[in-house]
Amino acid sequence: MANKMGRVPAREQEAGVRKSNFDEVCLGYTLEDAVVEAKRCLGCKKPQCVAGCPVGIDIPGFIEELKKENIEGAAKVIAESSSLPAVCGRVCPQENQCEGKCVFARKAGAIAIGKLEKFVADYSRENNIDLTKTEPKNGRKVAVVGSGPAGLACAGELAKRGYNVTIFEAMHEAGGVLTYGIPEFRLPKKEIVQAEIDNIKKLGVEIETNVIIGRTITIDELLEEEKFEAVFIGSGAGLPKFMGINGENANGVFSANEFLTRVNLMKAYKEDYATPIRLGKSVAVVGGGNVAMDAARTALRLGSETHIVYRRSDAELPARAEEIHHAREEGVIFDTLTNPTEILVDENGDVKGMICVKMELGEPDASGRRRPIVVEGSEFVLEVDTVIMSLGTNPNPLITSTTDGLDTNKWECIVANEHGCTSKEGVYAGGDAVTGAATVISAMGAGKSAAAAIDEYIKEKANQKETHYA
Amino acid sequence: MNNKIVKKVQLTDNIYLMDIEAPRVAKASKPGQFIIVKNDEKGERIPLTIADYNKEKGTVSIVFQTVGASTKELALLNEGDYVMDFVGPLGQPSEFIEENIEELKNKNIIFIAGGVGSAPVYPQVKWFKENNLDVDVIIGARNKELIILEEEMRAAAKNLYISTDDGSYGFDGRVTDLLKDLVQNQGKNYDHAIVIGPMIMMKFMSMMTKELNIPTTVSLNPIMVDGTGMCGACRVSVGNKIKFACVDGPEFDAHLVDFDEAMRRQNMYKTQEGRAILKVEEGDTHHHAKCGCGGNI
Repeated sequence: MANKMGRVPAREQEAGVRKSNFDEVCLGYTLEDAVVEAKRCLGCKKPQCVAGCPVGIDIPGFIEELKKENIEGAAKVIAESSSLPAVCGRVCPQENQCEGKCVFARKAGAIAIGKLEKFVADYSRENNIDLTKTEPKNGRKVAVVGSGPAGLACAGELAKRGYNVTIFEAMHEAGGVLTYGIPEFRLPKKEIVQAEIDNIKKLGVEIETNVIIGRTITIDELLEEEKFEAVFIGSGAGLPKFMGINGENANGVFSANEFLTRVNLMKAYKEDYATPIRLGKSVAVVGGGNVAMDAARTALRLGSETHIVYRRSDAELPARAEEIHHAREEGVIFDTLTNPTEILVDENGDVKGMICVKMELGEPDASGRRRPIVVEGSEFVLEVDTVIMSLGTNPNPLITSTTDGLDTNKWECIVANEHGCTSKEGVYAGGDAVTGAATVISAMGAGKSAAAAIDEYIKEKANQKETHYA
Repeated sequence: MNNKIVKKVQLTDNIYLMDIEAPRVAKASKPGQFIIVKNDEKGERIPLTIADYNKEKGTVSIVFQTVGASTKELALLNEGDYVMDFVGPLGQPSEFIEENIEELKNKNIIFIAGGVGSAPVYPQVKWFKENNLDVDVIIGARNKELIILEEEMRAAAKNLYISTDDGSYGFDGRVTDLLKDLVQNQGKNYDHAIVIGPMIMMKFMSMMTKELNIPTTVSLNPIMVDGTGMCGACRVSVGNKIKFACVDGPEFDAHLVDFDEAMRRQNMYKTQEGRAILKVEEGDTHHHAKCGCGGNI
């Protein structure tokens, strides 16, 4: 039986080659690979994988179509639940979601649901399969703030339900973290991100770039002056954290956000783009999440020796196993159980090194992970000339501080329930703006749930009006 | 979204004024805020302080000095041309517009503009004029040719003082000397100073106002990318705390700003910027392929 053979490996660019280019690392399945892998799926009666998917894709359903080599059919099954399959197939942490729940997860290896989704999405894009199925327009206006995963999912869902949706994006290009954050070699911008955004536009969604909600126009103005009946806030968590150690304002210390934005959005790595990037011989990326891996692998591709500096051990690295594996293969040096205490600065204000201490793991802390403790007398200098801080992000207070009656919690996150309802009537929110930094797919899930709630809210309001005038 | 340049005036050798069509931005603009402009697809995001705005016409005025490759390219555009991206207003409005007008009436306020700093000072002075409040203004520059917006400022200020480093116009000396002269020799008394200009000028003016015991506000213009708080490139130390100029500023208490650090950070890309300028200036004569320098020498 095919199951016992384990999963079909997806083709990848060889580590030695890809470490000096920005082309996509994972080349994915051929049709033959995909069908062989699909046939491993048992099509469980009570599929746990679906329960593990934040947007509830009918996974056995699309795999069933794949088994029959009906790629168009498979794409249509996915399109019922997800508006960004080519993105999710690439960046979702499937090992913790759908694949983590697969009955084969602990045996021959889970069905490669992510790679199959990627294959179906890429195939349907390359073959121009039309997935735009929308209800007739109902003439009602909804505004969506932010064109990242939460906003795109919400807008796509509402457009399918017949709404006139306008997305307001603060940057000059749509996509949010898909555009400025995740690097080209993991998520190609033109071929994948732009194509997915174009699909959302085909549903009738309008995207206005260069509009900063809270500055250019406020939420209240959208509701009162521009007559949007509801607003969904999917503005993400964009404010970078710093450590607060000495030397952190030296030239050569960047937030991962700045570093990745310069490279991904502003294309600083290309000769003919004007935005500069400054990178030295040796780079330390502080942090161990997916963003840290992205920053490290980007720095490596720009020609620097690159270290990941993380205070806990390898086992606690929060990044996806696949990203860590790829980073190691490409030659990123992992300095785990290591914590920076000071950045050394030369007479010109440039970074000349980073003082670190060695750590060991003690008792579990509030997060359930073993608390890192400093090893006495373990101080040493890591010889680096660039430091990239990848310590996580907080939501931006631009919107919450300019909108009356919108409650936030102590982390500046917008307070919203599981349907995205906030403390303000007609205003919904979801994604990182509500949860703090999380995943693309959970943001999409939140966008989708909020779309259903907005639909219900507007319909109910319309009914009340009719009753009132009757 | 493209934004049309409806007016272009060359104010000096290397300072230009442009009125740019951006109705949403014009409607929301307040004194003290800034915008970001991007010339074309491959351009940088250039932060520029708002010099004026016309809510009826839907235009925003920017004044810029051609200091780098991107501003040089912007200066090559003409009336009727478009910039690809124009976003704003960004940053906090000037603190005064939130204050009680009656209380402001009792305050003696002086604005001090260095060089191209006249541009961001002007909408603030104009705001005081529109609210029937008197303020004094100093414009300082290296020489007479570099004085901009003199007539506009004269119309809006109660007293306008001009200083040039070479003595070619107005007071002979630096703006710091002029302020000291006004306070110590001419019986002027100021409760607050707003200083906008090159970082080095703001540093020395801040030292002077500290000496004269005048609370002072400066508007910083550090390196930034997105301008919305996302990148942290614009971080400055203010009273030993890290602030982001784009969202916490751009205006800060001058006596708390670490100017030396701010100046160092402003020079972060200096050599790369120099190379980029060469590419603009040499145009087609700066070929990549032949010498193998990759266009970088």
